[in-house]
Amino acid sequence: MDLVFYLAAAVAIVSSLLVVIQANIVHSLLNLVVSLLAVSLIFFLLGAPFVAALEVIVYAGAIMVLFIFAIMLLALGPNTIAEERSWLGKGVFWAPAMLSLAVVILLSYALQAGDTRLPGGAGIPPKELSLKLFGPYLPAVELASMLLLAGLIGAFHLGRRQPREKGGKL
Amino acid sequence: MMIEIPMEHGLILAAILFSIGLAGLLARRNVVYMLMCTEIMLNAAGLAFVVAGARWGSADGQIMFLIILTMAAAEVAVGLALVLRFYRQFRTLDIDAASRLRG
Repeated sequence: MDLVFYLAAAVAIVSSLLVVIQANIVHSLLNLVVSLLAVSLIFFLLGAPFVAALEVIVYAGAIMVLFIFAIMLLALGPNTIAEERSWLGKGVFWAPAMLSLAVVILLSYALQAGDTRLPGGAGIPPKELSLKLFGPYLPAVELASMLLLAGLIGAFHLGRRQPREKGGKL
Repeated sequence: MMIEIPMEHGLILAAILFSIGLAGLLARRNVVYMLMCTEIMLNAAGLAFVVAGARWGSADGQIMFLIILTMAAAEVAVGLALVLRFYRQFRTLDIDAASRLRG
């Protein structure tokens, strides 16, 4: 079972790298879906089945569909990929890659915690999660609903056509 | 269905995914790519929470992940609406087009 974790971790890392370095935006999105599914498998292995299901439904489902709709609405022209390639010159990734490598090394050094293994066993059932979520964490649930409502209103306000734009009439 | 790996391996995976997202955010000029890299980083942060929650056998880490998930959904909705506005205004997805703050 431990091997499955490392395989899923490798898949997540490789597909995330592909998201970052590719020029075709739809290919990047599909690689992002693969990365999210691999992380969802890791959640399942960590004994968090409810969170794993939510990762598939909300992240790999809803958010990715939102991205695809946005790309569809943008109606990018045929020379988008060539333009994206021209933005990805040779030296673009050099400095960010070095900085990120430094972050990884520092974090790996800081995270050395002796022999702390994950406990194994059955994990945390969704029942316990729900009891906590609607018990002591109830204000957080209310705040999350308010945040989603604010996001909805904000997206609606930003997304409608402005009066001074060509072809737009309110 | 729980694994018995060292906790650091899970946290280091989260760190690597976060850094990949960070590198993409720094390197790309396309706004949609920057949003996608933000998603990778938020997901990595959630992974760190769930690993820590699994270590202590507590549901709190998963609850924090749920809150991050909500935040990511709201952020993407507003962010993509902003991207659509941006493209209508400037006819490009290059983030440098917005650097003059006239728009």
